[in-house]
Amino acid sequence: MSDKRATREALGETLIELVNEGTAVVAVDADLSGSTTTARFGTAFPERFFNVGIAEQNMIGVAAGLAVEGMVPFTGSFAVFATGRAYDQVRNSVCYSGLDVKLAPTHAGITVGPDGGSHQMLEDIALMRVLPGMRVLVPADYVAAKAAIRLAATTPGPFYVRLGRAGVPVLYGDDHRFELDRVRVLREGIHITLAACGVMVEQALAAAEELALDGIHAEVLDVATIKPLDAQGIAASARKTRAVVTCEEHSVIGGLGSAVAEALGELAPVPLARIGVRDVFGTSGEPAELMAHFGLTGEDIARAARRLLERR
Amino acid sequence: MTQEARVAAIEARAARMRHDIIEMIAEAGSGHPGGSLSAADIVATLYFGIMKHDPQRPGWPERDRFVLSKGHAAPVLYAALAQAGYFGRSHLQTLRKLGSILQGHPDCLKCDGVEVSTGSLGQGLAIANGMALALRLSGSTSRVFCLLGDGELQEGEVWEAAMFAAHHGLDTVTAIVDHNGLQIDGACSEVMCLGEVAEKLHAFGWEVREVDGHDAEALLATLSSPPVVAGVPVAVVARTVKGRGVSFMEGDAGWHGKAPNAEQTKQALAELRESLVAADPGQLSDAPVTEGSDR
Repeated sequence: MSDKRATREALGETLIELVNEGTAVVAVDADLSGSTTTARFGTAFPERFFNVGIAEQNMIGVAAGLAVEGMVPFTGSFAVFATGRAYDQVRNSVCYSGLDVKLAPTHAGITVGPDGGSHQMLEDIALMRVLPGMRVLVPADYVAAKAAIRLAATTPGPFYVRLGRAGVPVLYGDDHRFELDRVRVLREGIHITLAACGVMVEQALAAAEELALDGIHAEVLDVATIKPLDAQGIAASARKTRAVVTCEEHSVIGGLGSAVAEALGELAPVPLARIGVRDVFGTSGEPAELMAHFGLTGEDIARAARRLLERR
Repeated sequence: MTQEARVAAIEARAARMRHDIIEMIAEAGSGHPGGSLSAADIVATLYFGIMKHDPQRPGWPERDRFVLSKGHAAPVLYAALAQAGYFGRSHLQTLRKLGSILQGHPDCLKCDGVEVSTGSLGQGLAIANGMALALRLSGSTSRVFCLLGDGELQEGEVWEAAMFAAHHGLDTVTAIVDHNGLQIDGACSEVMCLGEVAEKLHAFGWEVREVDGHDAEALLATLSSPPVVAGVPVAVVARTVKGRGVSFMEGDAGWHGKAPNAEQTKQALAELRESLVAADPGQLSDAPVTEGSDR
């Protein structure tokens, strides 16, 4: 496996590239610029970086104002604060006005690790997905994160780009392009579909390897765009395999699993299992320990897949 | 135009706006008359005495910006925009109705002249600050005015934004507090005491000016003079009377968010027509809100 890099590392760096390429990108953070890497952007372009202090509602509001005047603001902070603390600002100041604000908070999910449940955001995809006009991107690796940030910067309207703290293997080559509204088939198969996003793509690929040993050929989809969801792409895979496991580092309520269930319920009802955090808060621990504790490893996915196939 | 004539023109505009406010809320059957009436002189002074703007070009880059943070006072903004010519006056009759450009709270995607959608209290000043930052970045000297309610100051985000404007030296921002002392549940002092608003804003790093919010001449002077110290944003605490101009609405929190019935509307409009005639004898006082050309 190649080197590991956190998706958050893509943020500051990509924003610098975007300004150098002439986009009107600015960044607003809330006292977490070192962790989110927007500080790197601030060092490169001090006049385009604004630290609001520990005030996430204001962070979103200031970004909204910058967008009113034609700038393309990216906001930082951690996922838990950017979406939860400032939800009404995201809803009313940004989405209701249809503004070009791009939320790209970091430290989403349980892989935040030792900071514990207060800081492990497991509801953000659900919160962002229901907002009219909001697009939700969950990149699987550093390269995809860069591509997602680029896509958000160059596509009008509000975006949510979910970034993580922990290092994850680099899956994609540098020529990777992020396609909105399109699932990516990372591994073709015929017996079951593993639809994953974010850090869970790595786990789904591991599960597919394990299942292959038993002669089960799993199709692995990287569902990096939760909204707009490529419902047809997922349904096409489901019609072929007739069983789907969704895999996300998020609550099983309201996130990828829900989005896929909604789509398949309408287009191609097949047996479905959802891997994710089961309606509980996170807890302190090392990322790898937590992945096992919450049942999010490749082994857990493989087990769920076998069970689903037995049921079918 | 002499200063006296400028003030008289603003007073006439404000009188006409108050008449429009009651007419449109009565027609809608719901809305917020109290805080719209209290802000009428402030908004009239901004649109007809202070701000650079062009109704024919709502997106004119060099315009001054207005953010109505107390979005429930939408009728006062709509009255000003209609008078200025951003849209035809017949739209005033559609307030709060299905398909209208005049939503219950301002919607920038539906109505020309509305810079940003507001309505969820406490959010306007942060947005105004962001606009001022962007304008500074692009070398513009346009001013950004933000009108807040005093009850709205109970929202924490207002103080996050107040800190921010001072820290970043946003002296093109002017925050105006419509200090009428009342909110939905009663007197601010009883619901959640604001303390000394002027002192609080001063402590947050603002130059604070106190003014009679119904005195157009004083408002004109207060809003036109630049900050005493460059880099220090100006906050104007405007003492106002909720429901100003309609005798039975004045100082009564009960008129925060309800429409007058037919009888009350008749009385209110009679009173406002009198003020209108006094302020602007040349204008046909009982002209219907549908007058004027539609664009």
